[in-house]
Amino acid sequence: MSAQTAPSARTPRSSVTAWISQQRVMVALALLIGFGALRYEHFLGAYNVLSVLRYNSMFALTSLGMTFVIMTAGIDLSVGTTAACASVVSAMLSSYGLVPGLLGGLAVGLGVGVLNGFMVVRLRLVPFIATLSGMLVASGTGLLLAHNQSVSVSYDTDFTWLGQGDWLGFPTPAWIALAAYIYGSIVLNYTPFGRHVLAVGGNEEASRLMGLPVNRVTFLTYVQSSVFASLAGVILAAQFGAGQPAEGVGWELFSIAAVVVGGTLLTGGAGSVATSLAGVMLLGLIFNVLNFENGMGWISLSAYWQSVVRGVFLMVVVMAGPGMGLRFARIARSKSG
Amino acid sequence: MTDAPTISTKGARFDFASFFRRYAAVAALVVLLAFNFAVTPNFASWQTLNVNMTQVATIVIVSVGMTLVIATGGIDLSVGSLMAISGALAPLIFLSAFGRAYPLLGDLLAFVIPVAVAGLFGAFNGWFITRFKVQPIVATLVLFIAGRGIGQVMTNGNLQVFKNPIFQFVGLGRIFGVPFQVVIMLILVAAAAWTLRRTLFGRQVLSVGGNERAARLAGVPVASVKRWVYAVSGLCAGIAGLVVVSINSSSDANLVGLGMELDAIAAVAVGGTPFTGGQASVVGTLLGALLIQLVRYTLLANGVPDAAALVVKGAIIAGAVWSQQRGQTS
Repeated sequence: MSAQTAPSARTPRSSVTAWISQQRVMVALALLIGFGALRYEHFLGAYNVLSVLRYNSMFALTSLGMTFVIMTAGIDLSVGTTAACASVVSAMLSSYGLVPGLLGGLAVGLGVGVLNGFMVVRLRLVPFIATLSGMLVASGTGLLLAHNQSVSVSYDTDFTWLGQGDWLGFPTPAWIALAAYIYGSIVLNYTPFGRHVLAVGGNEEASRLMGLPVNRVTFLTYVQSSVFASLAGVILAAQFGAGQPAEGVGWELFSIAAVVVGGTLLTGGAGSVATSLAGVMLLGLIFNVLNFENGMGWISLSAYWQSVVRGVFLMVVVMAGPGMGLRFARIARSKSG
Repeated sequence: MTDAPTISTKGARFDFASFFRRYAAVAALVVLLAFNFAVTPNFASWQTLNVNMTQVATIVIVSVGMTLVIATGGIDLSVGSLMAISGALAPLIFLSAFGRAYPLLGDLLAFVIPVAVAGLFGAFNGWFITRFKVQPIVATLVLFIAGRGIGQVMTNGNLQVFKNPIFQFVGLGRIFGVPFQVVIMLILVAAAAWTLRRTLFGRQVLSVGGNERAARLAGVPVASVKRWVYAVSGLCAGIAGLVVVSINSSSDANLVGLGMELDAIAAVAVGGTPFTGGQASVVGTLLGALLIQLVRYTLLANGVPDAAALVVKGAIIAGAVWSQQRGQTS
């Protein structure tokens, strides 16, 4: 029933459901930030805000690519190891400067993305299996290139600026993530590609019959996801001063969780870019708030509780998820009609 | 093709062509074995067999439950985390004051409670999926994230080292020279294969995966079938968690079962069980896991680095699933 209306769900008129789920995650984020700001002295202090932004920008990037893939009703399990592999390559090239390091990392993303896209579109593999395979290939390649060790980044060039630097008082990675989300938002809402992504996710068969370039759209979402993941990998290398072939474990599922918390449905056809960012920030801030709460001395929860809290949070979001949105939509419809 | 034969592919009639189509893994396995007998030194030994079987056992044990889940058209991402919970719980029990005071009872409970707890968490997955109509991948993501955290919180993230011959029989013991976990693996595979083929529950699992609406209309208790399937997956993960900590003589909730969900799913996929549900082959899953394991062993035994083996594993998974799909559409 909602499948047919889903592709248009983001246009303001018909999208009570999307609007509510969008507001919900924003409200939750605002509440969490408000809670932190009132309760902890340094929560909104420059140091905390900037370090939270710096660290979570990597997950913001992987989640952005994931959002598009999930909107086509696909999934990308390779983002974590693609980031790891890209961090290795960019670290190896960092002695040549910022641009070669960046481009080298992005090339990894391009390669993995083309591989994933090829397997999904040409070989018609289930996205789960295709990107699982891509995940192993990226992981193995990264480990091979790095000889199973972390690769030091050169500090002689300005490469580390990408992860550790600031611009106009804000961390460079945060600017990169912000730019990526503005790009993502524009692409989704104002370009044919964005509309096609939603249409393919809503009903692939119908999109094909309508003459939409389904294969190309699907292919490009996987390439885009891997490129964003590799950008996260470049930032990883620059931020921690090393290419880390064994990093990125679990990033894919964290990103999926962030997208789901953001209200984008795994069934595809509907979703929003901004709410994924809110999802990333929510999951990231849970850890932050937990640290502050420990600092207050009232409780002493180990860092391990963050996973439990994140999991419970995801559960609550899912329970209150589309079902609740639909109920509101139905109420709204019955009132207006 | 109508729906009925799809569901009953695993029935009494044995179709040789479709057998080979679906068990592309078998052919690859035979080729690999032949290659190893010819090339790899000391391949044809009892020890090589034991090493490989021991390594593959935990993956197969988890994959048995995963096969049932995928047969209903679902997926279970939480198995690795449930292994961590069960692996963390067992030493807590037999190392506790109670466990030390009553060693035998403590060891017995160290088997039963962790597996039961993992099963309950599995049942929770099923309840969550059926009660709230949540997609399995999202629903089990909850315990994937929270489950390992629960294991870490229980042990405070500490490594638990132990030496307990009775408990560790599950990972180190042998029956007539066969490692005990291999025995468990074979029993579970046989039980699951028999259940799928010969029991009402097995038919219900396949019918739910084949066409959920039709199954519901035909009077199959869809929700209850799904809950059981996830509970079984949890139980299997619980057993696998015990095996892993026994082998290691230690339990580290940060590491036990890490990445197991994807290994298990890969084994199921290579084994010829499609993600769409409605068809399943537990024996195929066993073969799929053996194939992945044997490829890795072959490469490592012939001096190929582990990282390269990962790349090959990726190619094998994609290639196997691709060839099955071609077989089905042609």
